[in-house]
Amino acid sequence: MTTEHGTGGTVGTNGIHESHLSHRRPSCQARRDLRNGLLFAAPWLIGFTVFIAYPIAASLYFSFCEYDAIRGPKWVGLDNYRTMLLEDDLFWKSLWNTLDMVAFGLPVGLVASLGIALLLNQRLRGMAFYRTLYYLPSITPIVATSILWLWLLNPQIGLINVLLQKLGVANVPGWLTDPAWSKPALILMGLWGAGGGMVIYLAALQDVPEALMEAALLDGAGALQRFRHVTLPMLSPVILFNLVMGLIGSFQYFTQAYVMTGGGPQDSTVFYALHLFNRAFLDFRMGYASAMAWALFLITLACTALVLRSSARWVYYAGEGA
Amino acid sequence: MLHRRSALSVALSHAVLICVGILFALPFYWLVSTAVKPDEQVLAMPPVWIPRPVRWDNFPRALQYVPFLQYTLNTLKICLLTVVGTVLSCSLVAYSLARIKWRGRNLVFLSLLAVMILPGQVTMVPTFTIFKSLHWIGTILPLIVPSFFGNAFFIFLLRQFYMTIPGELSDAARMDGCSEGAILMRVIMPLAKPALATVGLFTFIGAWNDFLGPLLYLNDEAQYTLSIGLQRFVSQHGAEWSMLMAASTVMTLPIVVIFFFAQRTFIQGVTLTGIKG
Repeated sequence: MTTEHGTGGTVGTNGIHESHLSHRRPSCQARRDLRNGLLFAAPWLIGFTVFIAYPIAASLYFSFCEYDAIRGPKWVGLDNYRTMLLEDDLFWKSLWNTLDMVAFGLPVGLVASLGIALLLNQRLRGMAFYRTLYYLPSITPIVATSILWLWLLNPQIGLINVLLQKLGVANVPGWLTDPAWSKPALILMGLWGAGGGMVIYLAALQDVPEALMEAALLDGAGALQRFRHVTLPMLSPVILFNLVMGLIGSFQYFTQAYVMTGGGPQDSTVFYALHLFNRAFLDFRMGYASAMAWALFLITLACTALVLRSSARWVYYAGEGA
Repeated sequence: MLHRRSALSVALSHAVLICVGILFALPFYWLVSTAVKPDEQVLAMPPVWIPRPVRWDNFPRALQYVPFLQYTLNTLKICLLTVVGTVLSCSLVAYSLARIKWRGRNLVFLSLLAVMILPGQVTMVPTFTIFKSLHWIGTILPLIVPSFFGNAFFIFLLRQFYMTIPGELSDAARMDGCSEGAILMRVIMPLAKPALATVGLFTFIGAWNDFLGPLLYLNDEAQYTLSIGLQRFVSQHGAEWSMLMAASTVMTLPIVVIFFFAQRTFIQGVTLTGIKG
């Protein structure tokens, strides 16, 4: 570094220059950094204001209004919330349906992803092929997946029931035509996409230190014990990540229901996001939909907070020591 | 592992992998085989496993039913513009958050995290009314323009990556008189190619698969994307399974092809987006 550069406004490592100019330079540099920082962050700052901050405020306001997006919003106080909680049976039904998916679909999916990841985390020939095959369904377009499964799940001529009959099942399920089986049908379809979560587990599994496994092996731990006391704790941060992401996603379950069932049969697949969408864009009750959106936000937040709070007890961070 | 696995346990593992593999592959097989079945074999009982003859002309027939070529072009246009917008804007913002020290940047970083847990439904109605008052409903603008203002998740991903690039490199460029923009373009972005490729790839697939956006904003059939076009196709031709499967195959194929060409980027992406932040 030559001395001339010291006055050129560079962040010097030269001690003499730094002390020499310290009374003036930091503020100059800080101002330039602030300007550049804001300039480069401008797309997000504008985008956040227009597409996030304003809509959040507006949606909160709309939730206290009657609003059809044609005439201006009309203040109605807590009416929307009162209707939602006391009069709209479908609101409760949709919330219940959604919680059903969270309670059953989510854990089943998490376990399946983990199981597949364990299966794929072996050193065997042809593993790249298996990984590709297991992963592909998860990136297949949802609309295409939905249409394909509509066909597979057809109660009379769908492949699934045909195979079940071949296996000797006498009373095959009606799947999407039977309120008792419609949600299990969607969960089954979701399992086909378990490869999405699998890759994340797989990445984490490959980070489990071999030395730890060797140590457990030398101590005479069986396969099950190694899984329970080594693999599972090492994976717990990733399980938490997949759980939280899955939770947020489950509460917004929409496209599959919209394409496959439209909410039927007997409202058994009217999920929260579908009900909200229909109120907003079918009935143009935008105020009511906004109130529902805020309720959804609070429910999601509460569930996430609950999970995070519980995580202190079951998530192990290797970096934090014992 | 140090110990060798017995031949039996290896064989057992393969057996399980193959069985599960068949379960995963079977829907794909049924998708493609139904797509090329002659009509009378589609509903045949017991099911026809191998279509005979293979009716490749189901694809052109499906393309005649609905302007799928048009839908594909529409989707591609939206995808490419969204990728350009997202990569550009996210790169700029990530640079600001990772490489420039300024007051308030931590607050901006927090805003990213907050947006990631915010359900899209909260902003859905007002965002719709914004585009309505701009008279953008029925155009592709609402699907494209927001991508030029960054995406919280991808900014986060790129920021994490930019932080790992040694500071000495940009300091050296700065001493050579490079502006911050030049440093981003000539030093950071070339080094961040894998991360940028991941962002581009995920954005492309996200836009290709997006259903809610086109459902909300497109109402002219001439502008339909594949996802909305396909959904409308179902509601009109519900039971014509070979046509539906042909159309779904057409929609899925590009994603599969992209996956085979960009497998490494996918896997990198998962490790990057993860958890390691």
